[in-house]
Amino acid sequence: MAYEWDFAFLWVLWPHLLVGLAGTAKLWAVALICGLGIGLVVGIFRTAPSRILRSIGTVYVEAIRNTPGLIQLIWFYYAIPMVTGWQASAWLAAVVSLSIYTGAYSAEIYRAGIASIERGQWEAARAIGFGFGAQMRYIVLPQALMRMIPAFGNRAIELAKATTLASTIAFGELLYTAKVIAEDQMRPLETYTAVTVIFTVILLPVSYGCVWFERRLARRGGVHRD
Amino acid sequence: MPYDWNFSIVLQYMPQLLWGGLHTVLLSAACIALAVPIGVVLGVIRHQRVRFLAPIAVVYIDFFRTSVALVLICWCYYALPILLGVNLSTFTAVTIAIGLQASAYLAELVRAGLGSISTGQWEAARALGMPGTMRLRYIILPQAARRMIPVFFLLVVEVVKTTTLAGIVTYPEIVYEAFRVSTEVYRPVETFTIAGLICFAFLFVTGRIAMRLERRYAAVER
Amino acid sequence: MTEEVLRIEGLRKAYGLLEVLKGIDLTVHRGETVCLIGASGSGKSTLLRCVNFLGYPTEGRIYLEGRLIGRESGGKMAYRESKLCAVRTHVGMVFQQFNLFPHLTVEENVTIGPIKIRGVPPAVAHEKAAEQLRRVGILDKAKDYPSQLSGGQQQRVAIARALAMEPSIMLFDEATSALDPELVGEVLVAMRKLAEDGTTMLVVTHELGFAYNVAHRVVFLHEGTIYEEGPPQEILVRPRRPRTQDFLRGHTAFRMPEPEMTPAAAVDG
Repeated sequence: MAYEWDFAFLWVLWPHLLVGLAGTAKLWAVALICGLGIGLVVGIFRTAPSRILRSIGTVYVEAIRNTPGLIQLIWFYYAIPMVTGWQASAWLAAVVSLSIYTGAYSAEIYRAGIASIERGQWEAARAIGFGFGAQMRYIVLPQALMRMIPAFGNRAIELAKATTLASTIAFGELLYTAKVIAEDQMRPLETYTAVTVIFTVILLPVSYGCVWFERRLARRGGVHRD
Repeated sequence: MPYDWNFSIVLQYMPQLLWGGLHTVLLSAACIALAVPIGVVLGVIRHQRVRFLAPIAVVYIDFFRTSVALVLICWCYYALPILLGVNLSTFTAVTIAIGLQASAYLAELVRAGLGSISTGQWEAARALGMPGTMRLRYIILPQAARRMIPVFFLLVVEVVKTTTLAGIVTYPEIVYEAFRVSTEVYRPVETFTIAGLICFAFLFVTGRIAMRLERRYAAVER
Repeated sequence: MTEEVLRIEGLRKAYGLLEVLKGIDLTVHRGETVCLIGASGSGKSTLLRCVNFLGYPTEGRIYLEGRLIGRESGGKMAYRESKLCAVRTHVGMVFQQFNLFPHLTVEENVTIGPIKIRGVPPAVAHEKAAEQLRRVGILDKAKDYPSQLSGGQQQRVAIARALAMEPSIMLFDEATSALDPELVGEVLVAMRKLAEDGTTMLVVTHELGFAYNVAHRVVFLHEGTIYEEGPPQEILVRPRRPRTQDFLRGHTAFRMPEPEMTPAAAVDG
């Protein structure tokens, strides 16, 4: 017997999916901003003259990149209340965990971008009398940031995918909402297919945008690839 | 109130966690085993711009690269059995989901690897009188494979990390076992710290092997 | 003269609107060494690549060992890649950039063709490979990888690799142009030895000394046509036509005649 597809219930329940999608978007945006901020600091640590700063950066990046995101999320979910004494909150755990997760990966993008600037630029800046901070702020970062944009775009896509992890701690993002609907309506095939389509429709154009931008940079010369 | 850490009680459950780790490795191996043949074939099709097949490969690759692993897993576990009308074990469902996604990443890796071989190599093989498949098999793929191995190890790291999602659909891998241990001893932070360390040890070593190989091949080639 | 190995008739090759070869007629006989000279862009390398069908001729016929290559349809030649593979096994090619297979040892580079394409038993192939490697004076490096060799050594391996297929004719596409000056000699000596052994060779080169000493015939290409050809003593010493004279005046490096090189002494053993 062939399965009878029936998407009708989703026409009724789409406001719920929309709320879920809004949850995904909120989590994504906050974690992205925090993550890029953390990444900038750590990325500079990783290229700093100080050995201690470099080691701190390395330990952080290696620890996050070599453990599964799910374990990090669950760990923060239980650890944050323990340290702060607050009640366990799925939202807070998700934001903290995904920010730290994105921070580690974007630190590598900053580091590679900074490393891609030729020695001569640093030396010229030093010759003018700039210190490390000023060299970074006025000379190196402005040049490097442009080259990093495609990599940040990819990072943003990966973060959007990672937000679905929050469904495991019952944060009301898209996948969690879908799970609830699927069980409630006993229509997992349609519901999960819809979620797959929603993610593809959103992420695929962004992904193509990144590729397009990267090509454009490459044509103008001086693109950094990692 | 300072927290009273207690790792010793969790350490008693170490065998259970390691058992979960073993399942993680098994599942990862299955995913890689599925991904490699598909990825190589698709990568070659993409690179050679095979008529009719190349556009299909592009759709496949782009779809899986931008889709969300956890959504795929849920789809394969909850939805696919309905569509097929058969029961799938969690192992099979997760292997399909992660294996197919990994094959898309691998296809791009293969395409890039093939593209990195200079045209002179193709020409020299052609000048010897080798037909296309022979050129690919004896001259181009072995060289491309060597260059791809370090990145392949990084892909393995990603696959292993992704398989930890299988616990969500009750496959007894490390996260799943960690949950079971933590509900038994009420020490979730310690349990997941140790689970994280087990993963870290395994993945860090794999990553180092990748780096070592990369340096070695960089030294051999000129 | 002896039998023809290669015969080219009315060969034209165009890339879009740009016609690189504008009707070439050339014959190479067994045991003959023909040097193609000319300025860059004159079409020398394109001609060579057409003989091996690495680029298909736009027009014209190519005969190898008296057999027309390709299928004639409507006054034009049609080529099938699968058929051309067999043709290429009879035509040895040495590239400017060597193009050795870096993942294979010297020995494997030389044996892979005979074993995989010809189906020669490995033991026989290795024996023959040793013979060819000895001919170019590099047998002692058989187990090395290409990256461990100098450019001159690599190019000699490339020559052995082509010879191992026992081709009817050997093509050399500026085989010494990518080499450091001090390594050019060893490759030229190896090539000279082949010529003296009676190998049929079509050589694109800038080494006019080599052409003078080794070639039976020198062909000067100019803007896609054969402008002047004849014995080296004529073409290189007393060219009749103005473009050839201009070209030779430009080559101040051509010291003539070259001091005699003794193969045994120059090839390091």
